[in-house]
Amino acid sequence: MPGDIPADAKAWMVISPCPTLSVQAVFQAGGRRQVKVGVLCSGGKDSLFACMCAMQEEEVACLITVFPDNPESYMFHTPNLHVVRLQAKAAGIPLVAWPSRGKEGEETADLARAVAEAVRRHGIGGVVTGALQSVYQSSRVQAVCRDLDLWCFNPLWYTDPDEYMEALLSSGFDVIVSAVASEPFDRTWLGRRLDFAALQDLRRYAERYSTSLAGEGGEYETLVLNAPFFRHRIAIGEAEAVWQNFRGILRVKRAWLEAA
Amino acid sequence: MILLAGLCYRDSALLRSEFVRPVARVVGRLGVEWTYCHYSRLPDGAGDGYDAVILCGTALKDTGYLREIGRFSWLPEVPVPVLGICAGMQVLSLVHGGTLRPACEIGMEEVRVLCKNPILPPPPSFSAYELHRYSCVPPPGWKTLAVSKNCVQAVSHPELPLFGVLFHPEVRNESVIERFLSLANPGKEKGGGWGQDVPPSGDGQPVLPGDRDE
Repeated sequence: MPGDIPADAKAWMVISPCPTLSVQAVFQAGGRRQVKVGVLCSGGKDSLFACMCAMQEEEVACLITVFPDNPESYMFHTPNLHVVRLQAKAAGIPLVAWPSRGKEGEETADLARAVAEAVRRHGIGGVVTGALQSVYQSSRVQAVCRDLDLWCFNPLWYTDPDEYMEALLSSGFDVIVSAVASEPFDRTWLGRRLDFAALQDLRRYAERYSTSLAGEGGEYETLVLNAPFFRHRIAIGEAEAVWQNFRGILRVKRAWLEAA
Repeated sequence: MILLAGLCYRDSALLRSEFVRPVARVVGRLGVEWTYCHYSRLPDGAGDGYDAVILCGTALKDTGYLREIGRFSWLPEVPVPVLGICAGMQVLSLVHGGTLRPACEIGMEEVRVLCKNPILPPPPSFSAYELHRYSCVPPPGWKTLAVSKNCVQAVSHPELPLFGVLFHPEVRNESVIERFLSLANPGKEKGGGWGQDVPPSGDGQPVLPGDRDE
């Protein structure tokens, strides 16, 4: 039956988190009581892949994004956060946007306020993150969820990076590199599409320079332009590469939605 | 063959991927064969035929396994090494006569090793990832192997290879799982599977603790 989830799809997803299911299947995955969740969204690959995983199990009621003023924020991913507004529209999911001064001591409180706002507006009972291995970030989100009596789901937690990257590229995500922060990444990576050729380069880097394959060490940041659950794709009209001391950011200046 | 028992309140891929898959990854990387089963589907005698059993943890908010502790009546009879992780340690402790007490820890904590033992790093201490609301008062006669500033962190049966660790060894302490597996002497056949060899599904659905009516 079209749109049905294969009998073993969920088990298979856990081995290799590659839910290449149709959008219809995602929304038909119910049939039992679900937890309404808010997905902490930075606009990068991990949060939106985690969002897709969550859509197959629970009801994704909103995306939650904290907008820090400080570009060096410890907690929050910063390049091109404004594109999250387009991503939310593309996915047809409401966005809870919350400002933060991005100061180290205040970030957890800012996150708690953002999540509390999502509880108030959308009645969420849980939070989903795209945390890969960051104990720093994960512990703080867990503590926020404990204080607000919410579930905390981290479907990519300590996943195998190679399997994850394969799954990401195989499942229809369109992802570009939006920032780099270490050698050997050079300015040619800014704006580069993450495809299988890029994955091969990342594997070589991981082997030769001990960089992390999925960027969990902050070596690179990403921006999602399309995802299997997007109704529209994001087109970038104008972007500027800013480069300084082996760190670079692709600043998206103009972007819009177009037919997926 | 290692049995990985899932303790999440329902057999959800979202929770399984967070609390079982990282353990399976460590086991699989050692070339050890494993299979997965949710606790609600494990019948009496569930441990028979395996080289070892690992009881995996679950989410901080999840207390479903405590409400259904009767489903673990098979556990005291398991004739092979058992490692209980977090919720798994709580269950292992309870079925052997221990009790729980509230003790919430989140994030990295210093764990002090009290005595030499086969699975933990050597004394004096190591840093471990914590995610729990309860700790254990160990069953009578069991050894306390390690503590944090707040609570008991690791226990073992006085004679049998039954171990409980409250911290999550799959995060930054994979060697704990490796040492445990070396006690089990499992067959080395690479890979694993999510349920191809598990017993048939049970009749009841697990309780949904804390689930709210939307």
